[in-house]
Amino acid sequence: MRDGTGKGSVVFTDVVKRYGDVTALKKLSLSIAPGELVTLLGPSGCGKTTMLRLIAGLEAATEGRIFIGGEDVTHLSATYRRVSMVFQSYALFPHMSVAENVAYGLTVSGMSRAEAHAKAEDGLKMVGLAGFGARLPSELSGGQQQRVAVARAIVLEPEVLLLDEPLSNLDAKLRRRVREEIRQIQQDLGLTTVYVTHDQEEAMAVSDRIIVMRNAEIAQAGSPHDLYQRPNSAFIADFIGDANLVNCEVLEVGVQTCRVRVAGQEITLPVGFAAQGPARLVLRPHDLSLTTEPGPARFPASISYATYLGSQIQYTIHGKLGNLFVIAPPVHTPFRAGDTVHVALSPEKAMLVADEPIDT
Amino acid sequence: MKRIVFQWIATGLAGFCLIPWYMTDSGFWRFRWLGDLTLSENAPALLQVLLHGRFWLAGALIALVAAAIVQIAVKSPVRAARFTAAIAAAGLAWTMLQGLIIVRSGPRLFHDLLANTPAETGQIGFGAGAAVTLLGLLFVLTTAISGMGRGRGDAFVTGMIGLIVSLVGIFVFYPVVHILISAFQTRTGLFDLALFISRFFDPEIWGIGCLIGQGGCGPAINSLILAIATGAGTTLLGLAFALIFTRTQFIAKPLLRVLSVIPIITPPFVIGLALILLFGRTGAATELFSDIFGIEKSRWLYSFWGIYIAQMLSFTPIAFLVLIGVVEGVSPSMEEASQTLNANRWQTFVRVTLPLMRPGLAAAFLLGFIESLADFGNPLVLGGNFNVLSTEIYFSIVGAVANPARAATLAIVLLALTLGAFLAQRRWVGTKSYATVTGKADSGVHVGLSAGVKWVCYLAALPWAAFTAIVYSMIIFGSFVKLWGYDHSFTLEHYIRAFGTKIRDGVLKFSGVAWDSYFTTLKIASIAAPLTALVGLTTAYLLVRQNFRGKSAFEFSTMLSFAIPGTVIGVSYVLAFNFPPIELTGTAIILIVVFVFRNMPVGVRGGIAAMSQLDRSLDEASITLGANTFTTVRRVIAPLLGPAMVAALTYSFVRAITSVSAVIFLYTAKHNMATTFIVGRVENGDYGLAIAYSAVLIVTMLAVILATQLMLGRRRLRRETRIEATGTTGARV
Ligand SMILES: Nc1ncnc2c1ncn2[C@@H]1O[C@H](COP(=O)(O)OP(=O)(O)OP(=O)(O)O)[C@@H](O)[C@H]1O
Ligand SMILES: [Mg+2]
Repeated sequence: MRDGTGKGSVVFTDVVKRYGDVTALKKLSLSIAPGELVTLLGPSGCGKTTMLRLIAGLEAATEGRIFIGGEDVTHLSATYRRVSMVFQSYALFPHMSVAENVAYGLTVSGMSRAEAHAKAEDGLKMVGLAGFGARLPSELSGGQQQRVAVARAIVLEPEVLLLDEPLSNLDAKLRRRVREEIRQIQQDLGLTTVYVTHDQEEAMAVSDRIIVMRNAEIAQAGSPHDLYQRPNSAFIADFIGDANLVNCEVLEVGVQTCRVRVAGQEITLPVGFAAQGPARLVLRPHDLSLTTEPGPARFPASISYATYLGSQIQYTIHGKLGNLFVIAPPVHTPFRAGDTVHVALSPEKAMLVADEPIDT
Repeated sequence: MKRIVFQWIATGLAGFCLIPWYMTDSGFWRFRWLGDLTLSENAPALLQVLLHGRFWLAGALIALVAAAIVQIAVKSPVRAARFTAAIAAAGLAWTMLQGLIIVRSGPRLFHDLLANTPAETGQIGFGAGAAVTLLGLLFVLTTAISGMGRGRGDAFVTGMIGLIVSLVGIFVFYPVVHILISAFQTRTGLFDLALFISRFFDPEIWGIGCLIGQGGCGPAINSLILAIATGAGTTLLGLAFALIFTRTQFIAKPLLRVLSVIPIITPPFVIGLALILLFGRTGAATELFSDIFGIEKSRWLYSFWGIYIAQMLSFTPIAFLVLIGVVEGVSPSMEEASQTLNANRWQTFVRVTLPLMRPGLAAAFLLGFIESLADFGNPLVLGGNFNVLSTEIYFSIVGAVANPARAATLAIVLLALTLGAFLAQRRWVGTKSYATVTGKADSGVHVGLSAGVKWVCYLAALPWAAFTAIVYSMIIFGSFVKLWGYDHSFTLEHYIRAFGTKIRDGVLKFSGVAWDSYFTTLKIASIAAPLTALVGLTTAYLLVRQNFRGKSAFEFSTMLSFAIPGTVIGVSYVLAFNFPPIELTGTAIILIVVFVFRNMPVGVRGGIAAMSQLDRSLDEASITLGANTFTTVRRVIAPLLGPAMVAALTYSFVRAITSVSAVIFLYTAKHNMATTFIVGRVENGDYGLAIAYSAVLIVTMLAVILATQLMLGRRRLRRETRIEATGTTGARV
């Protein structure tokens, strides 16, 4: 039986993973607190699944050490790690019924059949599939199969729960519901959870902390709020939430402020920055506004598209700052395509990042 | 891990202290040796050291004790594991070396190589005690290696790798080394590379006269042509059968199954014999054709075509069995996806289904190719003036002038061919993943065949099935007539002579002449079959699912025994296992061993094909759910490998009953096998009894196969096997 408190921390120190010539993870250190839900976010192939597999013990680290619950598990086989995983492909056993699938982890660790099946039924209830136990996985829809996989992992009350894109096969509504359920269960059980997803909205919604990965490295880690408000690179700014990136030049740097030149105007920003020279201004679509009046920190532009969405109006504009995406509250007489406007940026909301390519 | 290490140390110590180290005359299981454990013959190693002055045996004891001390004394687990591994490895090496060097009699190959002076003290072959001790040391080694973090720290995995490597080393490499060495050896016992090269490239072996119209070809070229033809032919026919079986609503499927399975369960020379009864100079068909069409009677059968037909009859069913699993394994949703992308049935078949089956097709071809190269029975009966490598090897050894060096050279040629095939297959299949049984359950419907493909399949397979039926009725018929070709009156005499029973003094007596060999054969085959399936599928599991250093070498070595024809295996076993340290000739063990290691590659190939269609995340899920590797194999992989397991079991059982080539060198009067008994009858011209016996064997095997199929059954992934009814969809052309 897997007993214990069910809480565990995960620590990586200088972990490297190579597959032959391919480096799937570059020297990487991180630590996840007990009971925390961390999402791994990043473009395809950046090493998210690899990181999960290292925690699960399905791959051995090429270098470095891994600790779970304070214990060095670098050489411990997956069987003995108190970690459960929900796979990208569900990995339900096709020859076992749903109940047998969910009870599997319990029976192999020595629990009696009756007890295991009772717990399995509880688990199925938790994911809203009570009464489906007798079916074969092939007799469930994709979303139901996914939930069976979640139930199978959760009934073991692992120290760490790993989820590899658990919602990728669900429709938008169900996705929201299941992710809330997962978050609820996670908090009820106090499970340390590592959650892989492609969907930044999903990540923002469920995480205590988000780790954004890029090219086998951590690009930035922090709370959803941190990442949105303080991106450390153009890549993060672009990846987390929508952002307009505008080239600028940093003229003077200070601790609390700096001066930049953008499209011929000089603006003072209330943020510190390290180096003079070319940089990029991050402008969130919500933080831009459109007026007909020129003024300081305003730039002429013309409307390319206007899309009315009820709760908001989205504009694509073209002008001295390049192409910008602007979200404005609904007004009675919106601008129309072809109108000439001035786009106003609010310096207190603008952010600065280094000038570097954002492609991955 | 510590616990497992101590268990194996204890096992090793038990072997060392309690069980006779050497082979005892009366065998192990009768426990006569318990009578006097102090005798030089019966003593366990401990007493051998203490009482009989065989101090060199103490190496194993020292290693075991040292390993225990390290486990207790060294605190850091990784360092303890490293020391233990080194100690166990040294103990193993020492124990095996002393066995090779300090011998009493025999060719003393290794003794001559390693020591210059004759050994003073001899010893006889390893016995149960030595085996248990070595096993203990081996598993201490592998467990310690897993403790060093290899094999993802999984002691089961490293243990299985170690065990299979050792077994293959002892029962494949060790004998082959014996035979290879003789290819380099001059008559005086020296080694000469130039001599070997001139032997290897002898134009007499590689002659291509038949291709350029000047006389015959050498045996190498003959074998190659035959093997390519047979490999391609059996794969295509097997595919036709498999498609009819799985993708059409053909009515007579059960009949098809039986007809296609029967040839597998036939001793090879029986098909040759039946073909002679049909197409020989006095054969039934020959008579018929010459009467009706005035076709001249000739000896065409005793040529390429005779062997080719016989091999096609013998090996098509193997391809069928391999391909049926492959065709079934193609995920319906892939085909459905193709259809929804507006491909018609033909396009779906060619662009999706066939490519998905590529590894399976390659496996089937390779099987047919190698089977053909190694086939011994058919060429022996039908060869005439078409020489192939396997029979040439046999004649080089048992012929008027025995020439072991030539046999060894031919064996190396054969090995080169089969290994070449193996490499080519690997290249062709590439490294793509073809997993089609994924963790996402499939509920789709298999796409039916397009009309064209269906008719091609019918046209190819059905006449062939009819032909098979005729060949087999010849066998039945032949077993009931007095004297084939001369006196065709009905008789049961052959059966009574072979399998008569009498009741004497109220006790049932098996008075027929065949009973002895019949029972021996069944017994040995039913021990060998599950072992073969076990070893084969375990190996397949390690190859597909585990990553370890030297994996390709490992795969190579497990496939090696398949590439060696039975005749050569037989001879090499006689050379290697007739003398200490491993003396097995004359026992039933050597027969079981030869079957296991000769048939293992089929289990491996079948297992690999089946397993690469199982998504890896299934076993990973099991592992992360807290199951250990053993449980995962038992509860997840084995059930999903149902068909492959049935195939491996059936195949190895049948092969153990039907094979002749290796057995002919290894059987003894005490352990006479059915096939060698039949061959003896054939040599005496007693065709009636030979055929009657063969018929009984065939019926026996059929019964066993049906029972296996019923018991182990099919895997239940979808509630039902559905085949799309023809003409409902796929009409978008
Ligand atoms: N077994 C393997 N052998 C070789 N390379 C591998 C293997 N597994 C992963 N890789 C490589 O490692 C890198 C990271 O793969 P990983 O599966 O972690 O990506 P991911 O972030 O999960 O992507 P996705 O979002 O598409 O699932 C990729 O470049 C991939 O090609
Ligand atoms: Mg992934």
